[in-house]
Amino acid sequence: MKFGIQVNEGPYTHEASVTAINFVKSAVAKGHEVFRVFFYHDGVNNGTRYATPPQDDINIQQTWSNLAKEHNIDLVICVAAAQRRGLADDGEQERNKLDGNNIMDGFRISGLGQLIEAGIECDRLVVFGD
Amino acid sequence: MSNVKKFMYINNKAPYGTIYAWESLEVVLIGAAFDQDVSLMFTGDGVYQLMKGQDTKEVGIKNFSPTYAALGDYDINKIYVEKESLDARGLTVDDLMHLVWEDEDEDWAEKDSIRVVTSAELAEILDQQDVVLSF
Repeated sequence: MKFGIQVNEGPYTHEASVTAINFVKSAVAKGHEVFRVFFYHDGVNNGTRYATPPQDDINIQQTWSNLAKEHNIDLVICVAAAQRRGLADDGEQERNKLDGNNIMDGFRISGLGQLIEAGIECDRLVVFGD
Repeated sequence: MSNVKKFMYINNKAPYGTIYAWESLEVVLIGAAFDQDVSLMFTGDGVYQLMKGQDTKEVGIKNFSPTYAALGDYDINKIYVEKESLDARGLTVDDLMHLVWEDEDEDWAEKDSIRVVTSAELAEILDQQDVVLSF
């Protein structure tokens, strides 16, 4: 089965990110395809590379990044939500004249159309959040 | 994009206090460009999103409620409001904005977009959907 995933909550504050990670790992392990993970609302904070949690805690952002590389999963951060919350890649840095960027390797910033496309293309769209 | 899917957006949170309602509406507006079969559903405190006469001046947060009136222009005209949620809050459909759309097949007759339905009816409508996004 082809899954699309939506993550609506920020890491650590809310368990949705970790539950989504566990879901993705299980889906892939059972031979399913994860077409895309779309990060919305505070979920965009799953994609910052400046998180430095204690070593005995899970590094959620790094875990996503590793998952993306291992299983070739498309991690997409919503641009409108990212602009409100201070997530930027090279393109956003240049467009908005920022003094840096903070996106984690393996993520990309794009539009809400990517979420709708996931809904159209996938057999199931699974939403993680409240 | 050959296949048309039935998209349902569930809104169950109050319009202000959190950003979910506003960012949900942004998804609906962007999604309208994809020519899918779109429905919106308002349950729980989500029914407050459709209240008429919203004024956010005192809280200093953008009043986005006028945007709902544009949904008809985007061919989004199936807006379901749960009757039990209205009842529990002492509201009726008259407390909500009058949202309309124009029916191309009937000489652009203006029709109501909001349909008040029971939770049992909503369950059936939900059962028919292909993609359910909840905010």
